[in-house]
Amino acid sequence: MWTWFHKLGSPPHMHRIAAWMTPWLAWPAGLLIVVALYGGLLMAPADYQQGEGFRMLYVHAPSAWMSMFIYGNMAIAAGVGLIWRIKVAHAVAAASAPVGAWFTFAALATGSLWGKPMWGTWWVWDARLTSELILLFLYLGYMALRTSIEEPQRADRASAVLALVGVINLPIIHYSVYWWNTLHQGATITKLDKPSITGEMLWPLLVMILGFMLYYGAVLCVRVRAEIIRRERNAVWLKEELAQ
Amino acid sequence: MNILEFLHMGGHGLFLWPAFGLTLFVLLYNIWSARRSLAEARSAAARRLQMEDIPS
Repeated sequence: MWTWFHKLGSPPHMHRIAAWMTPWLAWPAGLLIVVALYGGLLMAPADYQQGEGFRMLYVHAPSAWMSMFIYGNMAIAAGVGLIWRIKVAHAVAAASAPVGAWFTFAALATGSLWGKPMWGTWWVWDARLTSELILLFLYLGYMALRTSIEEPQRADRASAVLALVGVINLPIIHYSVYWWNTLHQGATITKLDKPSITGEMLWPLLVMILGFMLYYGAVLCVRVRAEIIRRERNAVWLKEELAQ
Repeated sequence: MNILEFLHMGGHGLFLWPAFGLTLFVLLYNIWSARRSLAEARSAAARRLQMEDIPS
């Protein structure tokens, strides 16, 4: 087990694993997303309060979940890179940021499109929406900091510190709907007692979330390979890899 | 249910479809962008190796 983890720290080995895993993540991701779309748009019954409008849930909630999940993953990778000085971990963190930023944007934009018909407004400065917007700025700040520092190792360390400090925003986003008054509805599935939606509505949501997670895995594998190649100074391995 | 009813989504189609379209765009854009990033990294590395091969 430990040797497996140890090997993951080796850039050529990680590059090989990432290349091998990409199709195994990408195709199931595509399939799950199509199944979830079918379930969410055609099978699930209309909501008794929001009618057909509730179907926004199937793109909004998975995007919002991914925005936080990717940030958590990025911060863990950055922390591992910072503590144990593992280049590959920094590469994972750097590769996660743009994907996470796009999911955060999708969560905010789909939320806005949901807010207009349901709340009568595109945007309110309440805790949930504002903390999600701060998450987008954290991602953008992380990426801007990386590009502003030329030396890769310094960029890795500085951006890792920023990623770790930003983790404080994650519980704020999650609990914001309980801590402050808000227009935003409470949690749908992550409640400790019982989910507040019926099975027919729930399964497409869970399938969509799983599809998005695998999708992130596939995109991450491609981006990590790019990051590894950019950092790699081992000419022999690079030559072999590029010859393929 | 006919196709027009489906697209109308009980009056919510105007908001629902742009949201689904936007999410699809984000998914497809990220695939394209990741692949481009890999292709760029590979060609930059190839150029670097070529430069290093030239004896000084």
